[in-house]
Amino acid sequence: MNVIVSGCGRLGAQLGMLLDSEGYTITIIDSDIINFNRLEPDFRGTALIGDGTEEDFLRKAGIEQADVFVAVTESDNYNIMSAQLVKHIFNVPKVVCRIYDPHKSELYETLGLDVLSSTCILAQVLKEKVTK
Amino acid sequence: MYIVIVGGGQVGYYLVKALLNENHEVSLIEADIKAVKRIEEELGSIYIHGDGCDIATLDKAGTERADIFIAVTGRDENNLVACQVAKHRFNVPRTIARISNPTNDLLFKKLGLNTTISSVNLVLEHIEGEIPTHPITRLTEFPKGNIDVVELKIPPTSPAVGKRIDSFSLPKGTIISLIVRKEREARLATKHTTIEAGDWLIMATHPEKEEYLHALFTTGEAIPAQRI
Repeated sequence: MNVIVSGCGRLGAQLGMLLDSEGYTITIIDSDIINFNRLEPDFRGTALIGDGTEEDFLRKAGIEQADVFVAVTESDNYNIMSAQLVKHIFNVPKVVCRIYDPHKSELYETLGLDVLSSTCILAQVLKEKVTK
Repeated sequence: MYIVIVGGGQVGYYLVKALLNENHEVSLIEADIKAVKRIEEELGSIYIHGDGCDIATLDKAGTERADIFIAVTGRDENNLVACQVAKHRFNVPRTIARISNPTNDLLFKKLGLNTTISSVNLVLEHIEGEIPTHPITRLTEFPKGNIDVVELKIPPTSPAVGKRIDSFSLPKGTIISLIVRKEREARLATKHTTIEAGDWLIMATHPEKEEYLHALFTTGEAIPAQRI
C-alpha cells in the first residue's frame, strides 16, 4: 500500500517510520530538508523536498498511485488545502488531515474531510487523566 | 455594501482605499501589527488585528453580515481557508480569493469559491495573442447561470478564417455576440458575418464548452461530439 505523508515534523516522521516498519511503501514530503533529520537511518521509504500543495510536485511524489495521503504539517491551512487538493483533484481514496484548531476541524469535518484534531484528542485524554 | 478583506499587504491596502472611496463599509483583517499600524495611520480604524482564517476573528469582524468577503494574502492556502470559513460558517454570499499559483484556480472553483483572481493569469491574458496555447480569456463570469462571457482571438492560421458564422456547429448554449476587428471596430455578429484573421470573437457560453470553442476556432481540431 502506497502512503504519502505530508510534513516531516515530529508527528509525520514518527508516523512514516511506524508505517515503514510495518511494510507500507512510504513517501514523506516536506519543504525543508532539515526536517528529514528526524528520520532514523533505517527508514526505507522515500523523502522528497517540495510543496505539498503543488499539483506538479504531488504528481512527482506519486500521488496518482497513492492509496492514502496524510497531511500533518505544522500549518492547519496548509494541511487543509493539500488534503482538499488530493481528495478532489487527485481522488486519492483515503485522505486524513490533522487540524489543531478545534473550530476549524469541526467545520472541515462537516465539509467532508477526514479530520484529526490532535488538540481535541489530547485534551480529552488529559481530562481523563485529571479527573480519574 | 459591507465588505470584509483579509490581508493588509499592498493589494489589500489599495483595495481598501479604493472601496472606501466608493463609500463601501470595509473591515480589514491583518495579522501583522506593523501593517496594521500603517493602515490605522492612513485609513483610520477599519482594521481588525488577527488571523483572517480564525473563526473568532471573523466573528469579531461581523463577517455574518458581510455581502462580500475578499482574501488577498500572499498565501493561497490562507486565502482558501479564509474564504471557506466565510462561506460555510458565516454564509457570506460572495467570496473572492487571490491566488498566486494559477493551477489552484480549478481546486478553488471546485470547492465552491465564487471567484479567484490570479495576477499570473491576468498578465497571461494580456499577452494572450503571443501564447498560442493559452485558453480563451474570460471577461465576466455569471456563476448563477453557469455562463461566462469570453473573448477569443482568431489566429491567421485558423481554419475558421474566411468562413461564415452559420457554417460552424456551435455547442448548445453558445452565442457569438460581437466581432471586434482592427482598431476596436465592433459589430454585432449575424449568421452571415465572415470571420477574418485577427478578429476577436466575444461569446456567451457555458464554462465547460470553452475548451471546445478554443479548439474549434484556433486549430479546427474540434473535440469529439460526446464531450460537448
